[in-house]
Amino acid sequence: MSSDAQAIHHESFVLNVGPQHPATHGVLRIKLTMDGEYIVDAEPVIGYGHRMHEKMGENRSYAKFLPNTGRMDYVAALFNGHGYVGAVERLAGLVVPERAEYIRVITCELNRIASHLLWVGAFLVDLGGFTPLLYCFDDREHILDLIESVTGSRLTFCYFRFGGVCNDVDDNFIVGARDFVASMRSRMPMYDAFVSKNIIFRKRCEGIGILSADDCRKYGATGPVIRGSGVAYDVRKMEPYSVYSQLDFNVPVYTECDCMARYRVRIDEIVESLRIVEQALGKLPAGPVMADKVPRALKPPKGDCYFNVESARGSFGVRAFSDGSENAYRLKLRSPCFSNLSLFQECSRGMLLTDALALLGSLDLVIPDIDR
Amino acid sequence: MESAMPVKDLKASFEAIAQRDAVSQSLVAETDHAAKGTNLDVTVPAERVGDAARILDLAAYMIEAITGVDWLADKQMEIVYDFVHPVSGERVTVRARVPRDKPELPSISAVFPGANWHERETHDFFGIVFEGHPGLIPLLLPEDATFHPLRKDFAP
Amino acid sequence: MTEGMVMNLVRLLLYLVGMIGFAAFNAAYLTLLERKQASWMQLRRGPTEVGPWGLLQPVADGVKLMSKQLLLPRDVDVPLFLLGPIMVVVPPILCLVTIPFSETLVARNFNLGLLMIFAFGAISTFVLMLAGLASANKFSSIAAARIVAQNIAYEIPLLVIVLSLVMSTHSFNLHTIVDQQAGGFWHWNLLRLGTNPLMPVAFLIYFICLLAESNRAPFDMVEAESELVAGVFTEYSGMGFGLFFIAEYVNIVVGCCLATILFLGGWHCPFGLLPGLHWFLIKMYALCVMVVWVRWSFPRTQFYGLLNLSWKILIPLALANLLLTAVMLKLF
Repeated sequence: MSSDAQAIHHESFVLNVGPQHPATHGVLRIKLTMDGEYIVDAEPVIGYGHRMHEKMGENRSYAKFLPNTGRMDYVAALFNGHGYVGAVERLAGLVVPERAEYIRVITCELNRIASHLLWVGAFLVDLGGFTPLLYCFDDREHILDLIESVTGSRLTFCYFRFGGVCNDVDDNFIVGARDFVASMRSRMPMYDAFVSKNIIFRKRCEGIGILSADDCRKYGATGPVIRGSGVAYDVRKMEPYSVYSQLDFNVPVYTECDCMARYRVRIDEIVESLRIVEQALGKLPAGPVMADKVPRALKPPKGDCYFNVESARGSFGVRAFSDGSENAYRLKLRSPCFSNLSLFQECSRGMLLTDALALLGSLDLVIPDIDR
Repeated sequence: MESAMPVKDLKASFEAIAQRDAVSQSLVAETDHAAKGTNLDVTVPAERVGDAARILDLAAYMIEAITGVDWLADKQMEIVYDFVHPVSGERVTVRARVPRDKPELPSISAVFPGANWHERETHDFFGIVFEGHPGLIPLLLPEDATFHPLRKDFAP
Repeated sequence: MTEGMVMNLVRLLLYLVGMIGFAAFNAAYLTLLERKQASWMQLRRGPTEVGPWGLLQPVADGVKLMSKQLLLPRDVDVPLFLLGPIMVVVPPILCLVTIPFSETLVARNFNLGLLMIFAFGAISTFVLMLAGLASANKFSSIAAARIVAQNIAYEIPLLVIVLSLVMSTHSFNLHTIVDQQAGGFWHWNLLRLGTNPLMPVAFLIYFICLLAESNRAPFDMVEAESELVAGVFTEYSGMGFGLFFIAEYVNIVVGCCLATILFLGGWHCPFGLLPGLHWFLIKMYALCVMVVWVRWSFPRTQFYGLLNLSWKILIPLALANLLLTAVMLKLF
């Protein structure tokens, strides 16, 4: 800081973006030291929405913590649930029926599409274009209706249980999901024409907000951020959990490292997720959706393990320590947004305010996920 | 980014640390990914985490998380570092233990700048001091917080 | 008092009331048009609750804005801060003085009408800048700095385009300019390719400058709500805030009126039939709809992108247009 302080032009000033600011999508505060419109230093200040989920994980039983998972990254809540039940299942050595795994994959991928759609809309709002948001919400609405029909909620899902899922899907869901896949595919050209080919949008994204692959590695940025920087890191391929190893899909990678690359990764991921949903619906086996004999009060043996899933924003990881009792001894929740935001300070130096906010938008932050 | 260093080579590097110190608390074990979620589980003396981080940095590993665990009964705190290789997907977990009454160990934020926030968070929750950290101020807790909520003897 | 003087006074009063009424009506109902059109573009329904089809929504909005408290933040420069919203509405309304809505309907028809409109138009910029600086808010100050750079950049191509038009029409008098375009759309300045084959390009440049000068998206650097909260309007509340928006909409109306007069034949029918006020209004509102359409279709430009567009593309094009007009005039 001291060497920066000397370099600061004598007319620099401090600009507080947030905690209430239209560009930060929540209670994130960024303390900007500006030289005119150029950023000298950007210090994110987080913790406004801190709820100490990790402590809550320690002072209640494993099952009672399940609803908490939906309240971290609420835009893609199913992934948090998947990460948590995955860790506990690994700890307790539970085997999940195949039908349940397929249902998990289908609902998670639908959730990923919903999350990416919301991001496309919100990112365009960051750039000053309001209209695409409503189209994205229109499509997202179909997904939420579908997921609501099996999970019972529209945002903070609590659907996965240790050893399976709490509701089986019915024919209506399967038909609805197939219809959605078809209708979403037919909508993709419209998004392409409306957003991807928009000249102002491209000017605002191409070459803006460069994040090198090495920066991503050193800061632990995952998900579309690192894939937009040319690294094909995807937990679904690297450490195939659930039934991802039985499904055929590509990991979109772009090497431009700019906002446009991150946008394209997410748009391609929507297409890939549609493929996954379609395949999984086709392969959906019959059978139970809950493992037999899962005790009501789960007491995993002593030890610890790590389980991570590819959430819509990156690698969501859970490290669980068990001491053999009904409660977890320690529950570490690794949120992708936390690491993705941590590189903002270094990478936004010297950028224009406008471009830095485009970069911030392209990271796809959900603030309660950072604050936990 | 260069491809992954095989787990075996990494294992040798970590064992070298252990031998240099001739400290018995070093432990390097390959683990079953399906059971533990990690490929290599390394325990190093607390003052050697910087060396461990440098080995992983040279092997182009990515930092995933840092966290602490309060072992009240053992009068120790454990610090767990999770690393993953972004190309091969191999995982390495590095552990270190510090005495509970003097929880201090070196910071690795000079090697992995991303560790900065994780260490601040761990300091918030456990009061573990990372020596050489550029600014160990509360990240998630209030600015004036003097408590460490994840310590097992914490009473609100 | 002679009868002539009385008549003149009555005429003056009527025009004053008429103009203010016209400005207020447009400001109110263009907001409704904007909201309805935006909702139509966005799969929504827009205001529907107040009055039939939400037609009384602007009234409700006006009442709401007027009944809100006017907040005076501690550090503002009080006289300038209060003067801002008042000063910003006056110039666009004054611009309406010389706009000929039809053959006979014009408040004051004078020879330098076109010049007067641009003179008043320039005042708005300074008022917005002063309001931004007086707000003592960093977001407002950044917006105030932006607006000066933006308006200088776009005033130049705008004036150069208008200059080339004046060269071919030989007049600053708006009435005369419209009269030259009588008798069908092929006589409109937009399509008078004989005097200047680049006329459609000139119209396009004019339209882009109109968006930039009235600070509309995609050039809304003054407000830039996702970056600068609300730009120069950040600290304003109640009707102070409302007046800025009235000014914005009246500016759009003036800009579209001028576009109609300069390029689209004013009150003349495209087919040479029945000239009159209705043709003027149809053309003018069609342009307003286009302005709204553009706003809801594009994201905002970057600030330097905005300046690059003007200095690197629009100004050279406008100058080329001016040169071509001069050459054509000399040759033919």
